[in-house]
Amino acid sequence: MGERLLDVRNLSVDFHTTHGTVHAVRDVNWHLDRGETLAILGESGSGKSVSASAILNLIDMPPGEITSGEILFEGADLLTMHAEERRKLNGCRIAMIFQDPLSHLNPVYSVGFQIAETMTAHGQSKAGTRAKTIELLERVGIPNAETKVDAYPHQFSGGQRQRIMIAMALALKPDILIADEPTTALDVTVQAQILTLLEELQQETGMGLLLITHDLGVVAEIADRVVVMNSGEIVETGSASDVYHNPQHPYTKQLIAAIPGNGIMAQQLDQTAPILQIEKLSKHYGAFVALDEVSLTVLPGETVAVVGESGSGKSTLAKTVLRLQDATSGEALFEGRDLVQMDRKDLFKVRRDIQMVFQDPTQSLNPRMSIYDIISEAFVIHPEILDKQHWKARVCELLQQVGLKPDHMYRHPHQFSGGQRQRIAIARALALEPKLIVCDEAVSALDVSIQAQVMTLLKQLQDDLGISYLFIAHDLLLVRDFAHRVIVMQNGKIVEQGPVEQIFDAPREAYTRNLIAASLSPDPEIQATRRIALDELQGANP
Amino acid sequence: MTNTQDQDTTLPDVTEAPNPVIRTMRMLWNDKFAFVSVVFLLIVLLCAIVGPFLLEDAATKQNLRGRNAPPFDFSTAWPYWLGGDALGRPLLARIIVAAQNTIFVAAGAVFFSLLIGTTLGLIAGYTSRIISQIIMRLADIIMSFPSLLLAVIVLFMLDSSVFNLVIVLAITRIPVYLRTARAETMEVRERMFVQAAKVMGASNGRIIFRHILPVVFPTLITIATLDFAFVMLAESALSFLGIGIQPPEITWGLMVSQGRPYLTTAWWLSFWPGLAIILTTLSLNLVSNWLRTALDPAQRWRLEIVRKKNG
Amino acid sequence: MLKFLGSRAIASAISLVGLILLVFFLSRLTGDPTGLYLPLDASEESRNQFREIHGLNDPLLIQFFNYLGDLVRLDFGESIRRSEPAIDVVLRGFGWTLQLAVVTMSLVVVFSIILGSLAAFHVGGVFDRIATFFSLIGASAPDFWIAIVAIVIFSVNLGWVPTSGTGTVWHWILPVSVLFIRPFGLILQIVRGSMITALSSAYVKTARAKGIKNKAIIFVHALRNALLPVITVIGDQAAALLNGAVVVETIFGFPGVGKLMIDSILQRDFTVVMAAIMLTATAIFVMNLVIDILYSILDPRIRY
Repeated sequence: MGERLLDVRNLSVDFHTTHGTVHAVRDVNWHLDRGETLAILGESGSGKSVSASAILNLIDMPPGEITSGEILFEGADLLTMHAEERRKLNGCRIAMIFQDPLSHLNPVYSVGFQIAETMTAHGQSKAGTRAKTIELLERVGIPNAETKVDAYPHQFSGGQRQRIMIAMALALKPDILIADEPTTALDVTVQAQILTLLEELQQETGMGLLLITHDLGVVAEIADRVVVMNSGEIVETGSASDVYHNPQHPYTKQLIAAIPGNGIMAQQLDQTAPILQIEKLSKHYGAFVALDEVSLTVLPGETVAVVGESGSGKSTLAKTVLRLQDATSGEALFEGRDLVQMDRKDLFKVRRDIQMVFQDPTQSLNPRMSIYDIISEAFVIHPEILDKQHWKARVCELLQQVGLKPDHMYRHPHQFSGGQRQRIAIARALALEPKLIVCDEAVSALDVSIQAQVMTLLKQLQDDLGISYLFIAHDLLLVRDFAHRVIVMQNGKIVEQGPVEQIFDAPREAYTRNLIAASLSPDPEIQATRRIALDELQGANP
Repeated sequence: MTNTQDQDTTLPDVTEAPNPVIRTMRMLWNDKFAFVSVVFLLIVLLCAIVGPFLLEDAATKQNLRGRNAPPFDFSTAWPYWLGGDALGRPLLARIIVAAQNTIFVAAGAVFFSLLIGTTLGLIAGYTSRIISQIIMRLADIIMSFPSLLLAVIVLFMLDSSVFNLVIVLAITRIPVYLRTARAETMEVRERMFVQAAKVMGASNGRIIFRHILPVVFPTLITIATLDFAFVMLAESALSFLGIGIQPPEITWGLMVSQGRPYLTTAWWLSFWPGLAIILTTLSLNLVSNWLRTALDPAQRWRLEIVRKKNG
Repeated sequence: MLKFLGSRAIASAISLVGLILLVFFLSRLTGDPTGLYLPLDASEESRNQFREIHGLNDPLLIQFFNYLGDLVRLDFGESIRRSEPAIDVVLRGFGWTLQLAVVTMSLVVVFSIILGSLAAFHVGGVFDRIATFFSLIGASAPDFWIAIVAIVIFSVNLGWVPTSGTGTVWHWILPVSVLFIRPFGLILQIVRGSMITALSSAYVKTARAKGIKNKAIIFVHALRNALLPVITVIGDQAAALLNGAVVVETIFGFPGVGKLMIDSILQRDFTVVMAAIMLTATAIFVMNLVIDILYSILDPRIRY
């Protein structure tokens, strides 16, 4: 490996919060060499981003406080440097890109201005910056860079925005690029393109790449070495391949075991009368067709997964089936009765049978209601379910069913972790004793290990209660282990549907093949072969 | 099942909630300005409630020897410590008695405008476009209707009483709450927990009162605190111009106005009631600032960590 | 954009018609001006004649339609008190008010934005505390009280500036200073709050990672975003000033539209009241449009 660029030694950072001091990172040591890609892997709250923020002087103090350690950049300690010297390094020698480029780009300035600003802030004259900016935009693959240079961030797609962030970070050819979850919110195919771009650029410039991620697939795709963090401490360090194949620490083992995609695929259920039958359902917003004559069926006790990238219409499908919005045409028969045409009274009754679990449990639970109020609201709205005297007992029962302690029922949602909140949301749905639950990206906001637990819970409930799921997701590996049948959507249409084995082992459509090839495997060796397959596919269908 | 594991791998256990009352008091204590303001407002409130019962006689008794008596003459009885007015009535006693009308008018106006404005705003934010448009146009008309004209009309048609002044001021402040409540409602109605309630079959009434209102209310209360100060100033201005409260009723604004002819010879006649207004509105502003931080989960930490010496 | 301007104009027209209706009928409820303008012992005949001249004998509804008819020809009627066209009286007063409002608001905008931004940069710092304290006092001060205290100190005791009138620059100092205080305090608070939010945003983090200088982060990156909510408040405050700063105009004997309006209401000079309300409402409508356009200039995401 090349020369040592960055050396983080014994770094400890505290945050002073309401509930006392949180040790965000404790005594952390790692280093980065020129031309190498180091991944810091960890789940939320592991402190994986903290040391990167410390490098760029981005930690707010207070509430943050660096209690010990040094960060050596080419031998000089950044932490003892004057703020002005550190400013001169930022953007010039060390640059950073972030998750969620939409909020990290200034909405009121053109992207050209924001890229050129990096150059002028570090002493370049304004004269040549426009030409250089256009050149950079072309390099990161923005089409029509000449005209797009004057466009604003909101006028680009998510993937393009991340490319713009990259152009901005690389404007001055930095020695180190820090990428904080650079592909997390992006579709799998776009994620693959961005990672490829980062790799190419690294080879061109020889920079050191520090990648912060929660995704073992991303690590397998791009990293040379990996540092695994848990609760502020480094639990394991090693080459990406070693850590995957031969994890030493129990936490790493557990993390790898939790990754979906290795289970046994479910067999198709015997054909019975469907509980939900959708026929040519369409939803138009003005001229835009969000849902285009979609037809599908769900059997009792079956899990039907709907997969697709953003804009494929999968969430529109969920909202339309639940009558959160009205369909433009078509029908959705629930036990033979059309949901689309149903009047208020019948709809109210059928609400008991179809429930929903939303993506983000933080937002789907009313922050000002206690857990008891949230779950028992079902009985308030549908008093025929249960007499008031039994509510408390039933809420206890439901909480136990989803694996929570009943004595927590008078607490509020913010006192629970993300996984616990999603369990509460599931308990709320169960309170109505539904026959069908629509899960809209129900686990995609959760950490991998929590994801696995919630999926186990959902499966258990299906076995115990015979509930059907319409499971909307973008994560193919998750779907592979869980669904009976899979429906692939693109631009509001169904591209392909079939039993889970057929979709994964013998996909017929190019789009499906592309989607499967682009999803990342946590195994570096498998990922390397997949990468070749994807390149061939994209060579074949440009 | 892996039930217990979830708790092991995330937080060790759900965090203990501190008692909300104690927590609030601690946050208040950490912001000394807000703490002093709350204490001051409590004193003003006490004056407003019991002042007239105890001091009504002292405040109206004319005393020729005390005419325009200068302040800080501690040899006199304590009601005269801030001086006497043009009829020799003790200023301190009058300020304490006048607190009742001043506070009652502002409180009444804020209460009614908050109630009506919030109701209309929730309706405008949650129902059909047409109703929303009608309500908004009404708000526009009220906004551009000069409050002075309204005051003159109401006080001419009815008579000049404390309650009528409350009506005038309440009408002029309705749009403030209406606009805020509508904007917030339109945002909150799209949130996922509202969608979740809809999926469960919750009625519109339930969604508005159980789910939207509790989220919108803290913002409205913060505005109401600020508006209390605004209404107090508006009432004093009206009384100052002679179209608000009429003598023998008194408010602080009216006292400033009554002292105006004696400005050059006896500045204290106008100065003390004006100071009372400033201190009260300043306290309200400080409490409103504190409320805005205390009610915002993202900002609350600023009040909960004890500041280090060099901040 | 044109479509937006059109729909805004329609909405405002509806409000304006509603306003005219309300003001016309409600102001008539305050009584008959005849008694105020004729001597107490005037004969019933001369009273009738007075009413006839000013069109007060017709039924209210007819009066209203006559008024609307005249309005279409841009005839606002004649002032009873001044015996000249009401619109001339109002325009004169409005001219003074407009000058006062423009001068005051320009000062307010410049000072509150600069000082508010600086206060937000070091929340809890010495400068922030001083700025917050004084702006809060400013926002809490009753203007009539400040005005009379200022007159006592600066005009009567020190003799630096005249007490009332409009003659010289010196005449403007006290009214402008007194009017300055409250909007300055309010807007500084809003700028500060809005800047605190903007400075803790993700794009400011990016700017810091890019190595942008603090001055540019505050005044280039954060400020333009922070100004959006501020502009709304500036609009509200400017509208209040355009409606006439009655109290200050009264105390300083400043012949603005606010003082004119209150005098005309008390004197039942209905034509002047109506003309004044329509003029200020129109001015506020134009100003709100300007604010909407400013919004779309400042934030490229807003397109009408």
